[in-house]
Amino acid sequence: MKPSSFRYAVPTTLRAAIDIRAASEDSVVLAGGQSLIPTMNFRLANPEVVIDLRKLDELNYIRVGGGMVRMGAMTRQRVVEEDAEALAANPLIRETLTNVAHPAIRNRGTIGGSLAHADPSAELPTLLTTLRGTLTAQGPSGRRSIPATEFFEFIFTTALEPDELLVEAAVPVLEPGEGWAFTEFARRHGDYAVAGVAATLLVGPDGRISRARLGACGIATVPALLTECEELLTGNAPGDELFAAAGQVARDAVTVSDDSATTKAYRRHVLAGLVERTLKTAMTRVGVPR
Amino acid sequence: MSEVTVFEPDEPVVVEVEVNGEPVTAEVPSRMLLSDFLRQRLGLTGTHVGCEHGVCGACTVHIDGRPARSCLTLVAQTDGRSVRTVEGLACADGTLHPVQRAFKECHALQCGFCTPGFMMAVAGLLDERDDLATADDETIREEISGNVCRCTGYMNIVSAVKRAAELSNERG
Ligand SMILES: Cc1cc2nc3c(=O)[nH]c(=O)nc-3n(C[C@H](O)[C@H](O)[C@H](O)COP(=O)(O)OP(=O)(O)OC[C@H]3O[C@@H](n4cnc5c(N)ncnc54)[C@H](O)[C@@H]3O)c2cc1C
Ligand code: FES
Ligand code: FES
Repeated sequence: MKPSSFRYAVPTTLRAAIDIRAASEDSVVLAGGQSLIPTMNFRLANPEVVIDLRKLDELNYIRVGGGMVRMGAMTRQRVVEEDAEALAANPLIRETLTNVAHPAIRNRGTIGGSLAHADPSAELPTLLTTLRGTLTAQGPSGRRSIPATEFFEFIFTTALEPDELLVEAAVPVLEPGEGWAFTEFARRHGDYAVAGVAATLLVGPDGRISRARLGACGIATVPALLTECEELLTGNAPGDELFAAAGQVARDAVTVSDDSATTKAYRRHVLAGLVERTLKTAMTRVGVPR
Repeated sequence: MSEVTVFEPDEPVVVEVEVNGEPVTAEVPSRMLLSDFLRQRLGLTGTHVGCEHGVCGACTVHIDGRPARSCLTLVAQTDGRSVRTVEGLACADGTLHPVQRAFKECHALQCGFCTPGFMMAVAGLLDERDDLATADDETIREEISGNVCRCTGYMNIVSAVKRAAELSNERG
Protein backbone atom coordinates (compact mmCIF):
# COMPACT_ATOMS: atom_id res chain seq x y z
CA MET A 1 0.00 0.00 0.00
CA LYS A 2 1.50 3.28 -1.10
CA PRO A 3 0.18 6.70 -1.86
CA SER A 4 0.07 7.43 -5.60
CA SER A 5 2.50 10.10 -6.74
CA PHE A 6 1.75 13.77 -6.30
CA ARG A 7 3.31 17.20 -6.61
CA TYR A 8 4.69 18.05 -3.22
CA ALA A 9 4.63 21.66 -2.07
CA VAL A 10 6.29 22.86 1.10
CA PRO A 11 5.39 26.50 1.78
CA THR A 12 7.24 28.40 4.51
CA THR A 13 4.60 31.12 4.92
CA LEU A 14 0.84 31.03 5.28
CA ARG A 15 0.51 33.43 2.36
CA ALA A 16 2.41 31.06 0.08
CA ALA A 17 0.33 28.12 1.29
CA ILE A 18 -2.88 29.97 0.43
CA ASP A 19 -1.52 31.04 -2.97
CA ILE A 20 -0.68 27.49 -3.95
CA ARG A 21 -3.98 26.21 -2.57
CA ALA A 22 -5.88 28.78 -4.64
CA ALA A 23 -3.84 27.95 -7.75
CA SER A 24 -4.30 24.15 -7.57
CA GLU A 25 -7.33 22.34 -8.94
CA ASP A 26 -6.92 19.19 -6.89
CA SER A 27 -4.86 19.78 -3.78
CA VAL A 28 -4.95 18.53 -0.22
CA VAL A 29 -3.39 20.05 2.83
CA LEU A 30 -1.12 17.80 4.89
CA ALA A 31 -1.04 18.59 8.60
CA GLY A 32 -0.23 15.66 10.94
CA GLY A 33 -1.23 13.12 8.30
CA GLN A 34 -3.00 10.89 10.82
CA SER A 35 -6.25 10.90 8.85
CA LEU A 36 -4.99 11.93 5.42
CA ILE A 37 -2.14 9.44 4.98
CA PRO A 38 -4.27 6.36 5.73
CA THR A 39 -6.67 7.42 2.98
CA MET A 40 -3.72 8.01 0.64
CA ASN A 41 -2.16 4.66 1.57
CA PHE A 42 -5.40 2.97 0.53
CA ARG A 43 -5.66 5.28 -2.47
CA LEU A 44 -9.05 6.48 -1.36
CA ALA A 45 -7.49 9.91 -1.90
CA ASN A 46 -5.22 10.47 -4.91
CA PRO A 47 -4.55 14.19 -4.84
CA GLU A 48 -2.54 15.87 -7.59
CA VAL A 49 -0.92 18.28 -5.14
CA VAL A 50 -0.06 17.79 -1.48
CA ILE A 51 0.60 21.03 0.43
CA ASP A 52 2.62 20.17 3.52
CA LEU A 53 2.12 22.73 6.30
CA ARG A 54 5.00 21.43 8.43
CA LYS A 55 7.08 24.58 8.07
CA LEU A 56 4.30 26.97 9.06
CA ASP A 57 5.55 27.78 12.55
CA GLU A 58 3.21 30.76 12.51
CA LEU A 59 0.31 28.28 12.95
CA ASN A 60 1.93 26.54 15.91
CA TYR A 61 0.93 28.32 19.14
CA ILE A 62 -1.29 28.30 22.19
CA ARG A 63 -2.39 31.69 23.50
CA VAL A 64 -4.51 32.32 26.54
CA GLY A 65 -6.00 35.77 26.89
CA GLY A 66 -9.14 37.86 26.51
CA GLY A 67 -11.21 35.03 27.95
CA MET A 68 -10.19 32.64 25.18
CA VAL A 69 -7.75 29.79 24.59
CA ARG A 70 -6.51 30.15 21.00
CA MET A 71 -4.75 27.32 19.28
CA GLY A 72 -2.93 27.59 15.96
CA ALA A 73 -4.07 24.99 13.43
CA MET A 74 -0.66 23.27 13.27
CA THR A 75 -0.34 22.84 17.03
CA ARG A 76 0.00 19.14 17.83
CA GLN A 77 -2.83 17.68 19.89
CA ARG A 78 -0.36 16.29 22.42
CA VAL A 79 1.30 19.67 22.89
CA VAL A 80 -2.02 21.27 23.79
CA GLU A 81 -2.76 18.40 26.15
CA GLU A 82 0.52 19.05 27.98
CA ASP A 83 0.21 22.83 28.10
CA ALA A 84 -0.07 24.06 31.69
CA GLU A 85 -1.59 27.43 30.80
CA ALA A 86 -4.31 25.89 28.65
CA LEU A 87 -5.01 23.37 31.39
CA ALA A 88 -5.47 26.10 33.99
CA ALA A 89 -7.69 28.15 31.68
CA ASN A 90 -9.85 25.30 30.44
CA PRO A 91 -9.22 21.78 31.78
CA LEU A 92 -11.93 20.36 29.54
CA ILE A 93 -9.57 20.67 26.58
CA ARG A 94 -7.12 18.18 28.03
CA GLU A 95 -9.80 15.78 29.21
CA THR A 96 -11.27 15.79 25.70
CA LEU A 97 -7.94 15.29 23.95
CA THR A 98 -6.90 12.32 26.08
CA ASN A 99 -9.85 10.50 24.51
CA VAL A 100 -8.57 11.08 20.97
CA ALA A 101 -6.84 8.00 19.59
CA HIS A 102 -3.53 7.05 21.23
CA PRO A 103 -0.51 9.12 22.32
CA ALA A 104 1.47 8.06 19.23
CA ILE A 105 -1.31 9.48 17.03
CA ARG A 106 -1.73 12.65 19.10
CA ASN A 107 2.02 13.29 18.97
CA ARG A 108 1.57 13.90 15.23
CA GLY A 109 -2.10 14.85 14.84
CA THR A 110 -2.89 18.56 14.90
CA ILE A 111 -5.74 20.66 16.23
CA GLY A 112 -6.53 22.00 12.75
CA GLY A 113 -6.35 18.56 11.14
CA SER A 114 -8.93 17.06 13.45
CA LEU A 115 -11.29 20.02 13.01
CA ALA A 116 -10.92 20.29 9.22
CA HIS A 117 -11.36 16.53 8.91
CA ALA A 118 -14.76 16.98 10.64
CA ASP A 119 -15.46 13.40 11.59
CA PRO A 120 -18.75 13.54 13.56
CA SER A 121 -17.35 10.83 15.84
CA ALA A 122 -14.32 12.94 16.71
CA GLU A 123 -13.93 14.51 20.12
CA LEU A 124 -12.34 17.86 19.29
CA PRO A 125 -15.10 19.11 16.94
CA THR A 126 -17.55 18.26 19.73
CA LEU A 127 -15.54 20.29 22.24
CA LEU A 128 -15.54 23.31 19.92
CA THR A 129 -19.28 22.96 19.31
CA THR A 130 -20.22 22.44 22.95
CA LEU A 131 -18.25 25.48 24.10
CA ARG A 132 -19.53 27.57 21.17
CA GLY A 133 -15.96 28.08 20.08
CA THR A 134 -14.77 29.90 16.99
CA LEU A 135 -12.75 28.80 13.98
CA THR A 136 -10.68 31.16 11.89
CA ALA A 137 -10.24 30.57 8.18
CA GLN A 138 -7.93 32.40 5.84
CA GLY A 139 -8.13 32.53 2.05
CA PRO A 140 -7.01 34.80 -0.79
CA SER A 141 -9.57 37.41 0.24
CA GLY A 142 -8.56 37.49 3.91
CA ARG A 143 -9.53 36.10 7.27
CA ARG A 144 -12.94 35.30 8.66
CA SER A 145 -14.30 33.76 11.86
CA ILE A 146 -16.82 30.97 11.77
CA PRO A 147 -18.78 29.92 14.87
CA ALA A 148 -18.21 26.22 15.56
CA THR A 149 -21.97 25.67 15.47
CA GLU A 150 -21.90 26.68 11.78
CA PHE A 151 -18.52 25.23 10.81
CA PHE A 152 -19.46 21.55 10.76
CA GLU A 153 -21.95 20.98 7.95
CA PHE A 154 -22.00 17.23 7.40
CA ILE A 155 -19.79 14.13 7.73
CA PHE A 156 -16.27 15.22 6.68
CA THR A 157 -17.74 18.52 5.41
CA THR A 158 -17.04 21.98 6.78
CA ALA A 159 -17.79 25.60 5.94
CA LEU A 160 -14.21 26.07 4.65
CA GLU A 161 -14.06 27.24 1.04
CA PRO A 162 -11.82 25.18 -1.28
CA ASP A 163 -9.20 27.95 -1.29
CA GLU A 164 -9.27 28.55 2.46
CA LEU A 165 -7.12 27.12 5.19
CA LEU A 166 -8.11 26.70 8.79
CA VAL A 167 -5.66 28.79 10.79
CA GLU A 168 -6.97 28.89 14.35
CA ALA A 169 -9.44 27.35 16.77
CA ALA A 170 -10.54 29.13 19.93
CA VAL A 171 -12.62 28.12 22.92
CA PRO A 172 -13.62 30.25 25.91
CA VAL A 173 -11.88 29.77 29.24
CA LEU A 174 -14.07 28.26 31.94
CA GLU A 175 -15.54 30.45 34.66
CA PRO A 176 -14.11 30.12 38.18
CA GLY A 177 -15.94 27.25 39.86
CA GLU A 178 -17.47 25.97 36.62
CA GLY A 179 -17.71 22.18 36.47
CA TRP A 180 -16.59 20.27 33.39
CA ALA A 181 -16.23 16.73 32.06
CA PHE A 182 -15.74 14.68 28.92
CA THR A 183 -16.76 11.03 28.93
CA GLU A 184 -17.00 8.54 26.14
CA PHE A 185 -17.70 4.91 25.51
CA ALA A 186 -15.51 3.12 23.00
CA ARG A 187 -15.16 -0.59 22.38
CA ARG A 188 -11.42 -0.29 22.87
CA HIS A 189 -9.58 2.56 24.59
CA GLY A 190 -8.48 5.09 21.98
CA ASP A 191 -10.87 3.94 19.27
CA TYR A 192 -13.45 6.28 17.84
CA ALA A 193 -16.25 6.22 20.39
CA VAL A 194 -19.75 4.76 20.09
CA ALA A 195 -20.68 8.09 21.67
CA GLY A 196 -19.00 10.78 23.75
CA VAL A 197 -20.30 13.70 25.77
CA ALA A 198 -18.76 17.04 26.73
CA ALA A 199 -20.37 19.14 29.45
CA THR A 200 -19.89 22.21 31.60
CA LEU A 201 -22.01 23.24 34.58
CA LEU A 202 -22.16 26.61 36.27
CA VAL A 203 -24.10 26.82 39.52
CA GLY A 204 -25.29 30.21 40.77
CA PRO A 205 -25.32 31.54 44.37
CA ASP A 206 -28.96 30.37 44.64
CA GLY A 207 -27.81 26.77 44.21
CA ARG A 208 -29.39 26.45 40.77
CA ILE A 209 -27.70 25.73 37.48
CA SER A 210 -27.15 29.06 35.77
CA ARG A 211 -25.53 27.65 32.64
CA ALA A 212 -25.19 24.15 31.25
CA ARG A 213 -23.43 23.33 28.01
CA LEU A 214 -23.68 19.85 26.52
CA GLY A 215 -22.62 18.30 23.27
CA ALA A 216 -22.03 14.82 21.91
CA CYS A 217 -20.02 13.02 19.26
CA GLY A 218 -20.87 9.86 17.37
CA ILE A 219 -24.62 10.38 17.28
CA ALA A 220 -25.34 12.54 14.22
CA THR A 221 -23.81 13.70 10.94
CA VAL A 222 -22.20 16.63 12.76
CA PRO A 223 -21.06 17.16 16.35
CA ALA A 224 -24.38 17.52 18.16
CA LEU A 225 -25.45 20.18 20.65
CA LEU A 226 -27.76 18.73 23.26
CA THR A 227 -29.81 21.91 23.58
CA GLU A 228 -32.86 20.20 25.07
CA CYS A 229 -30.70 18.90 27.90
CA GLU A 230 -29.21 22.34 28.39
CA GLU A 231 -32.69 23.83 28.68
CA LEU A 232 -33.87 21.15 31.07
CA LEU A 233 -30.90 21.71 33.37
CA THR A 234 -30.78 25.50 33.38
CA GLY A 235 -32.62 27.08 36.30
CA ASN A 236 -32.93 23.84 38.23
CA ALA A 237 -31.10 22.58 41.30
CA PRO A 238 -28.49 19.98 40.31
CA GLY A 239 -28.98 16.42 41.47
CA ASP A 240 -28.92 12.78 40.39
CA GLU A 241 -32.59 12.78 39.41
CA LEU A 242 -32.21 15.83 37.21
CA PHE A 243 -29.11 14.35 35.59
CA ALA A 244 -30.92 11.07 34.91
CA ALA A 245 -33.80 13.01 33.36
CA ALA A 246 -31.31 14.87 31.16
CA GLY A 247 -29.97 11.50 29.98
CA GLN A 248 -33.46 10.44 28.94
CA VAL A 249 -34.03 13.70 27.06
CA ALA A 250 -30.74 13.23 25.20
CA ARG A 251 -31.85 9.92 23.63
CA ASP A 252 -33.76 11.66 20.84
CA ALA A 253 -30.64 13.49 19.69
CA VAL A 254 -29.32 10.25 18.16
CA THR A 255 -30.04 10.50 14.46
CA VAL A 256 -27.47 8.13 12.91
CA SER A 257 -28.91 4.82 11.86
CA ASP A 258 -27.65 1.33 12.67
CA ASP A 259 -24.15 0.46 11.52
CA SER A 260 -22.31 -2.84 11.40
CA ALA A 261 -21.33 -2.69 15.06
CA THR A 262 -23.97 -0.56 16.78
CA THR A 263 -27.73 -0.25 16.54
CA LYS A 264 -29.45 3.08 16.95
CA ALA A 265 -31.30 1.81 20.02
CA TYR A 266 -28.02 0.82 21.65
CA ARG A 267 -26.44 4.16 20.86
CA ARG A 268 -29.42 5.94 22.43
CA HIS A 269 -29.00 3.82 25.52
CA VAL A 270 -25.26 4.56 25.68
CA LEU A 271 -25.83 8.28 25.21
CA ALA A 272 -28.38 8.47 28.03
CA GLY A 273 -25.92 6.82 30.39
CA LEU A 274 -23.04 8.99 29.25
CA VAL A 275 -24.98 12.24 29.71
CA GLU A 276 -25.87 11.23 33.24
CA ARG A 277 -22.33 10.15 34.05
CA THR A 278 -20.72 13.22 32.50
CA LEU A 279 -23.01 15.57 34.44
CA LYS A 280 -22.23 13.77 37.68
CA THR A 281 -18.52 14.09 37.06
CA ALA A 282 -18.87 17.75 36.07
CA MET A 283 -20.84 18.35 39.29
CA THR A 284 -17.99 16.96 41.43
CA ARG A 285 -15.83 19.76 40.01
CA VAL A 286 -18.30 22.60 40.52
CA GLY A 287 -16.90 25.15 42.96
CA VAL A 288 -13.56 23.37 43.18
CA PRO A 289 -10.69 25.86 42.85
CA ARG A 290 -8.42 25.15 39.91
CA MET B 1 14.56 32.18 0.44
CA SER B 2 11.58 31.29 -1.70
CA GLU B 3 8.32 30.99 0.19
CA VAL B 4 7.47 27.63 -1.31
CA THR B 5 9.41 24.65 -2.61
CA VAL B 6 7.58 22.47 -5.11
CA PHE B 7 8.67 18.98 -6.12
CA GLU B 8 7.21 17.51 -9.31
CA PRO B 9 5.79 13.96 -8.96
CA ASP B 10 8.93 12.32 -10.38
CA GLU B 11 11.36 14.70 -8.71
CA PRO B 12 13.24 13.37 -5.69
CA VAL B 13 13.09 15.16 -2.36
CA VAL B 14 16.36 15.52 -0.49
CA VAL B 15 15.92 14.58 3.13
CA GLU B 16 18.42 15.10 5.92
CA VAL B 17 17.37 13.12 8.93
CA GLU B 18 19.16 11.73 11.95
CA VAL B 19 18.45 8.01 12.34
CA ASN B 20 19.54 6.36 15.59
CA GLY B 21 22.05 9.13 16.13
CA GLU B 22 23.61 8.95 12.65
CA PRO B 23 23.03 11.69 10.08
CA VAL B 24 21.45 10.34 6.89
CA THR B 25 21.02 12.24 3.63
CA ALA B 26 18.82 10.60 1.01
CA GLU B 27 16.95 11.36 -2.18
CA VAL B 28 13.47 9.91 -1.92
CA PRO B 29 10.18 10.05 -3.81
CA SER B 30 7.86 12.49 -2.02
CA ARG B 31 5.28 9.73 -1.57
CA MET B 32 7.67 7.36 0.24
CA LEU B 33 6.52 6.38 3.72
CA LEU B 34 8.98 6.52 6.61
CA SER B 35 8.31 2.82 7.32
CA ASP B 36 9.36 1.83 3.79
CA PHE B 37 12.38 4.12 3.91
CA LEU B 38 13.63 2.60 7.14
CA ARG B 39 13.12 -0.97 5.97
CA GLN B 40 14.01 -0.78 2.29
CA ARG B 41 16.59 1.98 2.06
CA LEU B 42 18.30 1.70 5.43
CA GLY B 43 17.76 -2.02 6.00
CA LEU B 44 16.33 -1.32 9.46
CA THR B 45 13.81 -4.13 9.26
CA GLY B 46 13.11 -4.08 12.99
CA THR B 47 10.34 -1.59 12.24
CA HIS B 48 7.47 -3.88 11.25
CA VAL B 49 4.60 -3.05 8.97
CA GLY B 50 1.20 -4.51 9.78
CA CYS B 51 -1.86 -2.53 8.82
CA GLU B 52 -0.40 0.58 7.17
CA HIS B 53 -3.22 2.74 8.44
CA GLY B 54 -2.22 3.54 11.97
CA VAL B 55 -4.20 0.92 13.85
CA CYS B 56 -1.80 -1.86 14.84
CA GLY B 57 1.20 0.07 16.16
CA ALA B 58 3.79 -2.39 14.75
CA CYS B 59 5.56 0.42 12.88
CA THR B 60 5.94 2.72 15.91
CA VAL B 61 9.23 4.67 16.00
CA HIS B 62 10.23 7.87 17.76
CA ILE B 63 10.27 11.16 15.88
CA ASP B 64 12.04 13.88 17.86
CA GLY B 65 11.85 11.64 20.91
CA ARG B 66 8.13 10.91 20.74
CA PRO B 67 6.37 7.73 19.59
CA ALA B 68 4.80 8.03 16.14
CA ARG B 69 3.49 5.77 13.37
CA SER B 70 6.09 5.45 10.63
CA CYS B 71 3.37 4.18 8.25
CA LEU B 72 1.50 7.49 8.60
CA THR B 73 4.53 9.69 8.00
CA LEU B 74 6.19 10.63 4.73
CA VAL B 75 9.99 10.50 4.94
CA ALA B 76 9.89 14.03 3.56
CA GLN B 77 8.10 15.13 6.72
CA THR B 78 11.09 14.04 8.81
CA ASP B 79 13.54 16.36 7.07
CA GLY B 80 15.57 18.05 9.80
CA ARG B 81 14.20 15.73 12.49
CA SER B 82 15.55 12.79 14.43
CA VAL B 83 14.18 9.27 14.18
CA ARG B 84 14.86 6.42 16.55
CA THR B 85 13.98 2.84 15.71
CA VAL B 86 14.11 -0.36 17.74
CA GLU B 87 17.67 -0.87 16.46
CA GLY B 88 18.58 2.31 18.34
CA LEU B 89 17.18 1.23 21.72
CA ALA B 90 20.19 -0.69 23.06
CA CYS B 91 23.44 1.11 23.94
CA ALA B 92 26.30 1.01 21.44
CA ASP B 93 28.08 -1.57 23.64
CA GLY B 94 25.08 -3.89 23.38
CA THR B 95 23.62 -3.21 26.83
CA LEU B 96 19.90 -3.69 26.45
CA HIS B 97 17.44 -0.88 27.12
CA PRO B 98 15.27 -1.47 30.24
CA VAL B 99 12.31 -2.16 27.97
CA GLN B 100 14.23 -4.82 26.06
CA ARG B 101 15.43 -6.43 29.28
CA ALA B 102 11.91 -6.42 30.68
CA PHE B 103 10.34 -7.96 27.56
CA LYS B 104 13.00 -10.68 27.65
CA GLU B 105 12.66 -11.38 31.38
CA CYS B 106 8.87 -11.41 31.33
CA HIS B 107 8.52 -13.44 28.11
CA ALA B 108 6.43 -10.61 26.69
CA LEU B 109 6.60 -11.91 23.13
CA GLN B 110 5.77 -14.99 21.14
CA CYS B 111 6.08 -14.49 17.38
CA GLY B 112 7.65 -11.06 17.98
CA PHE B 113 5.88 -9.28 15.16
CA CYS B 114 4.36 -6.64 17.42
CA THR B 115 7.39 -6.39 19.73
CA PRO B 116 9.42 -3.57 18.18
CA GLY B 117 6.34 -1.33 18.03
CA PHE B 118 5.42 -2.19 21.61
CA MET B 119 8.94 -1.51 22.83
CA MET B 120 9.10 1.89 21.14
CA ALA B 121 5.69 2.81 22.54
CA VAL B 122 6.68 1.69 26.04
CA ALA B 123 10.07 3.41 25.84
CA GLY B 124 8.21 6.63 25.00
CA LEU B 125 5.83 6.03 27.87
CA LEU B 126 8.69 5.61 30.35
CA ASP B 127 10.12 8.94 29.28
CA GLU B 128 6.82 10.55 30.26
CA ARG B 129 5.65 8.69 33.33
CA ASP B 130 7.61 7.49 36.33
CA ASP B 131 4.67 5.90 38.16
CA LEU B 132 4.16 2.80 36.04
CA ALA B 133 6.03 0.40 38.33
CA THR B 134 3.13 0.69 40.77
CA ALA B 135 0.30 1.43 38.31
CA ASP B 136 -2.66 -0.94 38.13
CA ASP B 137 -3.16 -3.23 35.16
CA GLU B 138 -6.01 -1.17 33.76
CA THR B 139 -3.87 1.95 33.57
CA ILE B 140 -1.12 0.05 31.79
CA ARG B 141 -3.57 -1.57 29.40
CA GLU B 142 -4.94 1.85 28.50
CA GLU B 143 -1.46 3.22 27.95
CA ILE B 144 -0.56 0.41 25.55
CA SER B 145 -3.93 0.25 23.84
CA GLY B 146 -2.47 1.71 20.64
CA ASN B 147 -0.55 -1.49 19.97
CA VAL B 148 -2.04 -4.80 18.97
CA CYS B 149 -0.61 -8.25 19.75
CA ARG B 150 -2.17 -11.34 18.20
CA CYS B 151 -0.24 -13.88 20.27
CA THR B 152 0.40 -13.15 23.90
CA GLY B 153 -2.96 -12.15 25.31
CA TYR B 154 -1.14 -9.11 26.74
CA MET B 155 -0.63 -10.52 30.28
CA ASN B 156 3.12 -10.74 29.96
CA ILE B 157 3.32 -7.45 28.13
CA VAL B 158 1.59 -5.73 31.06
CA SER B 159 4.09 -7.39 33.41
CA ALA B 160 6.95 -6.26 31.18
CA VAL B 161 5.78 -2.65 31.29
CA LYS B 162 5.88 -2.75 35.10
CA ARG B 163 9.26 -4.44 35.08
CA ALA B 164 10.63 -1.94 32.56
CA ALA B 165 9.42 0.88 34.80
CA GLU B 166 11.21 -0.70 37.78
CA LEU B 167 14.40 -1.16 35.81
CA SER B 168 14.41 2.38 34.50
CA ASN B 169 13.63 3.80 37.96
CA GLU B 170 16.63 1.84 39.31
CA ARG B 171 18.75 3.26 36.53
CA GLY B 172 17.43 6.70 37.52
C1 LIG C 1 -5.61 4.57 14.62
C2 LIG C 1 -6.24 5.93 14.65
C3 LIG C 1 -7.22 6.21 15.60
C4 LIG C 1 -7.80 7.46 15.64
N1 LIG C 1 -8.75 7.68 16.60
C5 LIG C 1 -9.30 8.90 16.69
C6 LIG C 1 -10.26 9.19 17.69
O1 LIG C 1 -10.60 8.35 18.54
N2 LIG C 1 -10.80 10.43 17.72
C7 LIG C 1 -10.43 11.40 16.82
O2 LIG C 1 -10.94 12.51 16.89
N3 LIG C 1 -9.52 11.17 15.88
C8 LIG C 1 -8.95 9.95 15.79
N4 LIG C 1 -8.02 9.74 14.82
C9 LIG C 1 -7.68 10.82 13.86
C10 LIG C 1 -6.61 11.75 14.43
O3 LIG C 1 -7.13 12.46 15.52
C11 LIG C 1 -6.08 12.74 13.40
O4 LIG C 1 -4.92 13.28 13.96
C12 LIG C 1 -6.94 13.92 13.03
O5 LIG C 1 -8.25 13.58 12.69
C13 LIG C 1 -6.35 14.63 11.82
O6 LIG C 1 -5.34 15.47 12.21
P1 LIG C 1 -4.01 15.55 11.37
O7 LIG C 1 -3.27 16.74 11.85
O8 LIG C 1 -3.31 14.28 11.39
O9 LIG C 1 -4.58 15.92 9.92
P2 LIG C 1 -4.31 15.32 8.47
O10 LIG C 1 -4.52 13.87 8.45
O11 LIG C 1 -3.02 15.84 7.95
O12 LIG C 1 -5.50 16.06 7.70
C14 LIG C 1 -6.85 15.69 7.90
C15 LIG C 1 -7.74 16.46 6.93
O13 LIG C 1 -7.81 17.83 7.29
C16 LIG C 1 -7.31 18.66 6.24
N5 LIG C 1 -6.56 19.74 6.88
C17 LIG C 1 -5.58 19.57 7.83
N6 LIG C 1 -5.15 20.77 8.27
C18 LIG C 1 -5.89 21.71 7.61
C19 LIG C 1 -5.91 23.14 7.65
N7 LIG C 1 -5.12 23.84 8.48
N8 LIG C 1 -6.79 23.77 6.84
C20 LIG C 1 -7.60 23.07 6.01
N9 LIG C 1 -7.62 21.73 5.93
C21 LIG C 1 -6.78 21.05 6.73
C22 LIG C 1 -6.49 17.75 5.38
O14 LIG C 1 -6.42 18.21 4.07
C23 LIG C 1 -7.24 16.44 5.50
O15 LIG C 1 -8.34 16.44 4.65
C24 LIG C 1 -7.40 8.48 14.73
C25 LIG C 1 -6.42 8.22 13.79
C26 LIG C 1 -5.84 6.97 13.73
C27 LIG C 1 -4.78 6.69 12.71
S1 FES D 1 1.65 -0.55 10.27
FE1 FES D 1 1.65 1.42 11.10
S2 FES D 1 0.17 1.24 12.64
FE2 FES D 1 -0.01 -0.67 11.64
S1 FES E 1 3.99 -11.64 19.85
FE1 FES E 1 2.99 -12.19 18.04
S2 FES E 1 1.84 -10.42 17.60
FE2 FES E 1 2.61 -9.98 19.54
